[in-house]
Amino acid sequence: MPHDHSHDDPHALLPSDPALRVKALETLLTKKGLIDPAALDEIIDTYENKIGPRNGARVVAKTWIDPNFRKALLEDATSVVADLGYYGRQGEHMVAVENTDAVHNMVVCTLCSCYPWPLLGIPPGWYKSDAYRARAVREPRKVLADFGVTLPEDMAVRVWDSTAEMRYLVIPQRPAGTEDMDEEALMNLVSRDSMIGTALAGTP
Amino acid sequence: MTRVHDMGGRFGDGAVVPEPEHEVFHEDWHKRALAVVLACGALGKWNLDISRHARERLKPTDYARFSYYEKWMGGFATLLVETGVVTRDELAGNAEPAPSDLAEKAWKPTEIAKVLSKGGPVDRPRNVAPMFAPGDTVIARPHAENMKVSGGHTRLPAYAAGARGTILRLHGSHILPDAHAHGFGEAPEPLYAVVFPASELWAHPEHPRDEVVLDMWQSYLKPTS
Repeated sequence: MPHDHSHDDPHALLPSDPALRVKALETLLTKKGLIDPAALDEIIDTYENKIGPRNGARVVAKTWIDPNFRKALLEDATSVVADLGYYGRQGEHMVAVENTDAVHNMVVCTLCSCYPWPLLGIPPGWYKSDAYRARAVREPRKVLADFGVTLPEDMAVRVWDSTAEMRYLVIPQRPAGTEDMDEEALMNLVSRDSMIGTALAGTP
Repeated sequence: MTRVHDMGGRFGDGAVVPEPEHEVFHEDWHKRALAVVLACGALGKWNLDISRHARERLKPTDYARFSYYEKWMGGFATLLVETGVVTRDELAGNAEPAPSDLAEKAWKPTEIAKVLSKGGPVDRPRNVAPMFAPGDTVIARPHAENMKVSGGHTRLPAYAAGARGTILRLHGSHILPDAHAHGFGEAPEPLYAVVFPASELWAHPEHPRDEVVLDMWQSYLKPTS
């Protein structure tokens, strides 16, 4: 184990290998009666299998189809998505921001990794990476290029840095040629990244 | 001066590497780390702002070398010891784990769906009048630091300190992290979305009409006149 840090730090008392570190914490806290491993399994199952970006995709598809839904969502996203059952931890205060011909929206959390869990699930690795956190606010267009996205020169970028407990959902622009598609079909065009603002909606 | 987590605008990081949507966790231990840390929130010994500050207090060298969930565990170990939930000897494996009187608070498997969907809203009744309205010009305070506690928690990033922006919307009255992380109560304040031209923040903005929006509490802001 490298001796480049002080053993005053509590984490340094634990094994340095991260998998062993988790194991040591889980074993200790279970023995003390503070966690139930079966409850941990439930938490994991929730975020691995039950809550994910298909929730957000449904919201976007409804926004494209129903002008009244769109209007209500832009006015008070928290209550509108809660009515669909999308509420909970890390999604208590929601704002929806809509891409237009003039403005492309993109979301980041430069200070940690704030993200709308009830609508998009656990944030992807790149969203939590130093590179995204550092670069998204200063050079969003170069970051978009990493995702293969080039915006028209006359389109402004508005980056939302999630510095409080407000959580942002980007509503991508509805692609052309989708007028006859229903909600389920439209949902397939809405990727997770398009709701963070690092992608556009897919084309049919 | 700010801490190592405050990296918005930093130069020198490489490419952002996209990944497929179905990859929720990359390693099995990531899942366990997420679940262990979330579950211990139930013990009620710290709040969201205290736990963020514990991660931010990691040594810069540790913060930089740790992967995401290692940062979580690093801050978590600090919280466990500082709140007396575990002893250093227990953490080091030098003592037999003693039963905890907090055990009755531990989440049961049948409670998980309910507690995760309940969340923890941070809006509070307004007890400070809003000073600003949408369209008002404001200046962010000059120091990206906690104004009461040296090295304390704040949500004002260094890149926006001292910058001039415009109020976009009033979100409501929210718990002030700078107080809540340090035992000064919830101290709710008006919270605003403030929009800054990229040219106000960066010497070399990518585009003349690009903007960055930050959420800022009222005490982070001053009027321009």
